[in-house]
Amino acid sequence: MSVVAQDSPAAVQNAAPEREWRPPSYWPFVIPALVVVLAVIIFPWVFTIWMSFNEWKVGSPITFVGLANYLRLPTDPRFVEAVGHTLSYTALSVLLPLVFGTLAAVVFHQKFAARGFLRGIFIMPMMATPVAIALVWTMMFHPQLGVLNYLLSLVGLPPQLWVFNPNTVIPSLVLVETWQWTPLVMLIVLGGLAAIPTEPYESAQIDGANFWQVFRFITLPLIMPFLFIAGMIRMIDVVKSFDIIFAITQGGPGSASETINVYLYSVAFVYYDLGYGSAIAVVFFLLIVALAALLLYMRKRMLWTSDLGGGA
Amino acid sequence: MNPRQILGQIGLWLSVLVIVSPAILFFLWMASLSLKFEIDNAAYPPVFFPENIAWKNYADVLASNRFLTYFTNSLIVTGAATGLAMLVGVPAGYGIARMAAHKSAVVILIARITPGLSYLIPLFLLFQWLGLLGTLVPQIIIHLVVTVPIVIWIMIGYFETTPLELEEAALIDGATRWQVFRHVALPIAKPGLAVAFILAVIFSWNNFVFGIVLAGRETRTLPVAVYNMISFDQLSWGPLAAAALIVTAPVLLLTVLAQRQIVAGLTAGAVKGG
Repeated sequence: MSVVAQDSPAAVQNAAPEREWRPPSYWPFVIPALVVVLAVIIFPWVFTIWMSFNEWKVGSPITFVGLANYLRLPTDPRFVEAVGHTLSYTALSVLLPLVFGTLAAVVFHQKFAARGFLRGIFIMPMMATPVAIALVWTMMFHPQLGVLNYLLSLVGLPPQLWVFNPNTVIPSLVLVETWQWTPLVMLIVLGGLAAIPTEPYESAQIDGANFWQVFRFITLPLIMPFLFIAGMIRMIDVVKSFDIIFAITQGGPGSASETINVYLYSVAFVYYDLGYGSAIAVVFFLLIVALAALLLYMRKRMLWTSDLGGGA
Repeated sequence: MNPRQILGQIGLWLSVLVIVSPAILFFLWMASLSLKFEIDNAAYPPVFFPENIAWKNYADVLASNRFLTYFTNSLIVTGAATGLAMLVGVPAGYGIARMAAHKSAVVILIARITPGLSYLIPLFLLFQWLGLLGTLVPQIIIHLVVTVPIVIWIMIGYFETTPLELEEAALIDGATRWQVFRHVALPIAKPGLAVAFILAVIFSWNNFVFGIVLAGRETRTLPVAVYNMISFDQLSWGPLAAAALIVTAPVLLLTVLAQRQIVAGLTAGAVKGG
């Protein structure tokens, strides 16, 4: 008791003069950024929500229409179709990079010469300018002159129409997306592999486990949290994917590869239907949040069931 | 080395080769397309190494009267958007880290999830109303949507790991908060500054969606200019591929030179703008 009583006045004495010369807080550091964030992020959000309750085509006056824009969405076949395209494009473009990225991470986790340089090469696709990449892929997809059909002919496969056929356009675009973003999954999983302790591997070696068993029963469970993060980040970005789709197909042929984002572009900046476009933007944002919540829920469930399995 | 180790080494190098080849082959093919005359680019089976190298494709792109304008536009937009983001984002990252204001990260998260196009509708109308649409100002401002969250996010991470002891010592010696930030915290955070700067530059340079809406004929950035080449001006592949390579070359160079920083930044915040 006496120790505390002696200490606390000293602490107060120390703190008191500091208070005089210290600026009140760190707020001055944050205020400039706060102004920018308010102007370019918060203001557009508030405006978009307000706009989504109004009907406004450029050239005519703004009229309040309540929920009409939102009620129009489920009856708009192009929007419904775009949701379907977005979901299938997203599912494929999340799963494939997860698989390839994990394999690549296992390889890059080994020690070999020039690893840093090769890793730099490997991540080039995701850093390169998407439009420039899209342009070269468009040439490679060309049914007569493209190098991809030549490569298929080398292994005896028939030529494809790639992005020029409504049935193959989404898988073809997923191919580009996978090629571009597998490196990000690789980097995240590589970070996870670096954090794994060596003990489980040593005991597995003693028990005579083969490469596949080690991967399946030690590596995979331990990198699951990282795979989950990678999947989440990928999902958020793939849903919004625009540059590659727009530059290669503009949503075509017809509207076979029109995702929500591409349709949003048409509504807002081709038809200048700004109220309806704002409603699409809001619903689109909510869809992304819902998908993220769904992933979180699935992860919780997975943890729960594996806990049960472990208990039994 | 015993035979098993040798076999393991061969297997390792084969898997490295398989993994790296899609990236290498793509960019080599891009270079090949850009260095061939039309006759080679239209050949079947495709020609990989041409007999005659068409340096002319590059000369044509560089000499075209607008290329320099678009290049300057890209430099100004990326330079200004990155510079402004560093100016406001670095102190903000410091303030948020020191105040431990983790809830503010929600705003950055929302910015991260929001599709780039949803910023465009209101800001497009705002710029139109302000009469700024013929200038580069709208693009600089809207690129802040990409660059500011990247810089803040990465700097929060860095300032959270830098030691507090030095800063406290400086405060006790009578330094102001600003002096502590400027002379103690900032020098320690130099690697973080590099990461934030590089990623902001790359994602701003690559940005396409803001440009197609906001750029006029005189204010196009390079990605928009290349896109317009596809759709309107240019049908031959050589000059097109050359233009694409010129646009993305600075970024590719930066990626290989600064891969350590890029990897650190991407795995820390896993940011991507747009």
